[in-house]
Formats: sequence, C-alpha cells, structure tokens
Amino acid sequence: MRNKLFTVSKLLLPFIAIAISVLLYYYIPNNGKQKQTAHPYYLFFLAVIGSVILIEILIGLFVQSIRKRVIHKAPFLTGVIVFLALLNFVTSKTTLLPTLYFPSLDRIISLLVESRVFLLRNIGDSLKLLATGFAWGAVVGFFTGLALGYFKVVGYWLNPITKIIGPIPTTAWIPLALSTFPTTHSANVFLIAFAVWFPVTLMTSSGIQSISNVNFEVSRTLGASTIYQIVHVAIPAAMPSIFLGVFYGTVSSFATLMAVEMNGNSSGIGWYINWQKSVMMYDGVYAGLILIALICSLSLTLLFKVRDRVLTWQKGVIKW
Amino acid sequence: MVGEINIKDVHKKFPNTDPTKEDIVALNGFSLDIKPGSFVSLIGPSGCGKSTLLRIIGGLDKATSGEIYLDGIKIRKPGSDRGFAFQGSNLFPWLTVEKNIAFGLKARHIFKEQKASVQEFIKLVGLEGFEKSFPHQLSGGMQQRASLARALVGHPSVLLLDEPLGALDAFTRMNLQDEIISIWKKHNMTMVMVTHDVDEAIYMSDQVVVMSARPSKVEAIIDIDLPRPRARAQDTFQEYRTKILNVLNLGGKVDEVEYYL
Repeated sequence: MRNKLFTVSKLLLPFIAIAISVLLYYYIPNNGKQKQTAHPYYLFFLAVIGSVILIEILIGLFVQSIRKRVIHKAPFLTGVIVFLALLNFVTSKTTLLPTLYFPSLDRIISLLVESRVFLLRNIGDSLKLLATGFAWGAVVGFFTGLALGYFKVVGYWLNPITKIIGPIPTTAWIPLALSTFPTTHSANVFLIAFAVWFPVTLMTSSGIQSISNVNFEVSRTLGASTIYQIVHVAIPAAMPSIFLGVFYGTVSSFATLMAVEMNGNSSGIGWYINWQKSVMMYDGVYAGLILIALICSLSLTLLFKVRDRVLTWQKGVIKW
Repeated sequence: MVGEINIKDVHKKFPNTDPTKEDIVALNGFSLDIKPGSFVSLIGPSGCGKSTLLRIIGGLDKATSGEIYLDGIKIRKPGSDRGFAFQGSNLFPWLTVEKNIAFGLKARHIFKEQKASVQEFIKLVGLEGFEKSFPHQLSGGMQQRASLARALVGHPSVLLLDEPLGALDAFTRMNLQDEIISIWKKHNMTMVMVTHDVDEAIYMSDQVVVMSARPSKVEAIIDIDLPRPRARAQDTFQEYRTKILNVLNLGGKVDEVEYYL
C-alpha cells in the first residue's frame, strides 16, 4: 500500500513540475527584453513531454516493461522540466544574463519549428557530407589497416608513414585541401574521410596484430588458405578493435564536419550556426547546437546498435 | 590401413634470443616409427621438445633437418590428413559451436558434401543442444569436446593432441580421456599425444615414448600391454609408472638411503 502510494506520487512529480512551470510562465511578468514569439512554444514543448509521459503511464497499466521504465524515468524527467523552468525564469523573467546571448526558450523552440524546412535542408546537407566522408574513410582505413596488420612487408614500408601523417589534426589540412581540391565539396569529403581513416587504420592493424597466433595455427591445421584465413579469422578476431576505431573515427568526423562547415562551406548545420552567430541571432546558434547534439548522439546510437548485432559473441568494451 | 608415421633423424634448432649465444637444440636426431592405428604418448621433462615434434608432424613448424613421412609421403605443411587438438580449446570465440566445428569443412570447400558429419561429431562429443552456443557460454570440458570435434570432423587419419586436457579439472579430465579412447576405437586412427601426466599416458596409450631433456632423443619406448578397457585402479599401473619415472630419473633412490643410517 505504502509502496503503491510512493509510486503514484513519483509518477505525479513531472505533472506537478509542469503545472508550476505554467504558473511561473503566466504569473511572473516578463523582463520585456526577449522578442515575443507567435505562440508560447515553450509551453507546447512541455505539453509534448507531459503527453508522452501520460501515454507511457497508460500503456504501462498493461505492459510491465513500459511501466518499469516510466517509473524509473519519472524523477529524471521532473529534473529536466525543473531545469527548463529555471532556465526560462532566468532568461525571460530576469535580466541576470544578457538577453542577446541567452534567448528565451520560446524563441529557440519557435525557430526550430518555424524554420524547420530550412533547417532540415541543412541537416540533410550535413548528413550527406558526413556519410560520404565517413564511408570513404572507413573503407580505405579498413583496407589500409588490414594490409598493415596482416602483411609484414606492407607494415614495414607504410607504418612509419602512417605514424607521421595520421596524427596530424585534420583541421591543419583545411587550408591545403581547400586550395588543392577542385571543389569545396571534394575537399570537405577528403577532410572528413581523413579524420575517420586514421583511427580505423590504426585500430584495424593493431587489432589484427594482437590476435593470438594460435588462431592462425588452428585455421591452418584445418586447411584454411591465406584468403580464407584473412576473411574468416583475422577480420572477425579483430572486429572488436575495428569497431573501436570506427567509434573514434565517428567522433572525430563530427569535429571535422563542424570545422569544414564553418570554414568556407555554404550549407550545413555548422555553417548555419556560424551564420546565425555573425548576424547576432543567438536563438539560431542554440537551435543549431541542439540539432547537432541530436545528430551526433543518434549516429553513435546507430553505430552501437550495429556493433551489438555484429559482436554478439563479445561483451561490450564501451557502454553507450 | 593408413596413419603410419615414420620420423627419421629429425633435428630442430631454434635461434637463441641472445644472438651471441649458440642456437637452442630442441631435437637432436629424433627417430621413431608409429604404427597405423596405434595410440602413442610422448612424455618427457618440460621443454624437451615433445610439443615441437608434434608441431613438425602437424606441419606447423619445419625440421632443421630430417624427414617425417605419413603413409610414405613427406610432411611439408598442415594437411587434412592430420587433425590437431591444441593445448586449451582455442575455439574461435566469434563462432558458435556448430560453426567452429564446421570451420575446416568450409575452409576446404567441402561443407556442402559433408554437412551431415558436423552433426555427427556434435553428437559424438555429446554437445547436442549446444550447437548455437558461443564458446564463452560453455564449460572448459565442453569447449575441449567441441575442439576435439573440430579437429576430427574432416576424418583425419592421424590426430595430434598437444596436452589437450591440461587445463581441465581431474574429473572432467578422466571423462574426456575415456571419450578420446572411444573416439579413437570407433574411427580407427593413429593418435599421437603429448602429455605431462604419466598416469594419463599409461591409461590411454599402446606405447609411451619417454624423451630425454634437451636436446632430446628417445630415451625409452615402453609398450603398455594392458587389456582394454583399462581400469585406473589397476595394480599393474604401478609397474609401468615406476618404469617410466625411473627412465625420467624421478623414481627416487629408496635403496641408497638405507646406507646412510
């Protein structure tokens, strides 16, 4: 009985927080310095959060896994709502922070909603550039790593070169790449590919080199040819390490994407942030940051989903 | 009958890790004939080159000089006529039990024709129901069974065992000894096993080859004339044990001690 009461009050917390947020929104006068938006978008956003929680609770009445999750998440979501309320209070009710750099939540969310077509186009451009560069970098990196790791002769000649060129920060290549490549786009693809190439190469080759020799001996006694051995022993055994390389590569590809988009590109979410900053529209800067956070986080989630599929035989090295 | 091994004057030297010193001689003129279908154990002090010899038979290492013939054909590299069971199970962790066992058939592109033998060997080693398990989900004994099945699935005429049961507890070990013997009887192949365990050698083999310390040669070949199935608690075991330990100079000199009194 007591327990049940505790659970119910836990589930009520987010709604209480939303109610307080609404009261704060209407009953405390605005500082008057934030631009007014067409609709109270911040409240719309709270309504969305509230509805999602409500729907989950309703489903949770019947489905145990959802029930557990919503009970587990309720205090955290309450925290998020309280944080947003504080943020909204500070930015639109007081003048504690300069309003130019700290736009109200209404303005940021309204921008995300009202410029969605333009933003989506830029997200599309960013993703296309990222995917092209990533694919080149990962594929070339994988094969370089394979050759370096498996064939001693290749390692002898190419390892020193990889070790000198690889650690150069990608951003250092930007001036050269921009002036030597025929188009800005190809330069950008190269730079992102480079950022992915090095970690993938390194982790692939070191993954292959650290395979215990007995694996190769077993496969030789079972009659495996060199090619068969590469495909069916070297690559799967090195797969955990290769994935680590792809993970590092993905993270550094995000950094490179932003760097190239802010340097000479004319579309993409990085360009958008830079442009908004230059015209003193900080609501756009925040909107851009939120979108980047979503893109990067989702990309990594996707990567780890793939890894869990491929490496079912192995327990995770990095938790995500 | 196939599976006859003739080892002729095999020498094996390894370069010393300290290049100023002389090469390490692991095998110094080792000769031995192994009858087809027999079970031979190689026993000897640690580092005496018994594993090296097994690896040369398996084609994983090359002899510095001398030859080894299998059914009259000189051994140069690994081949499907020889199965190799390694120390520890060494299953591929990324493959299920079933796929580990099928590895050799697939590598030699005969999987389609011999698909049925995968299931046959899974059954033989008692791993039914674990086909889809990954190695880390199995106990040490089960891993070793799967590893044996993997070495056997191509129907080799010789099975080389490099301390296959070394990492297992005493009970699992005894069970697997019996299973290896029953597999050997059923499939009629030549078995060459490296072991540290004198009792294991006596219990399992037709012939125990006692090797001397490095550089090693055959110190004694002891035929085990005990009927099968053998009982572990047999009195005659003790005789053979004493014989082997004396060859290895580990018998202890009980007689001499009396004079000191």
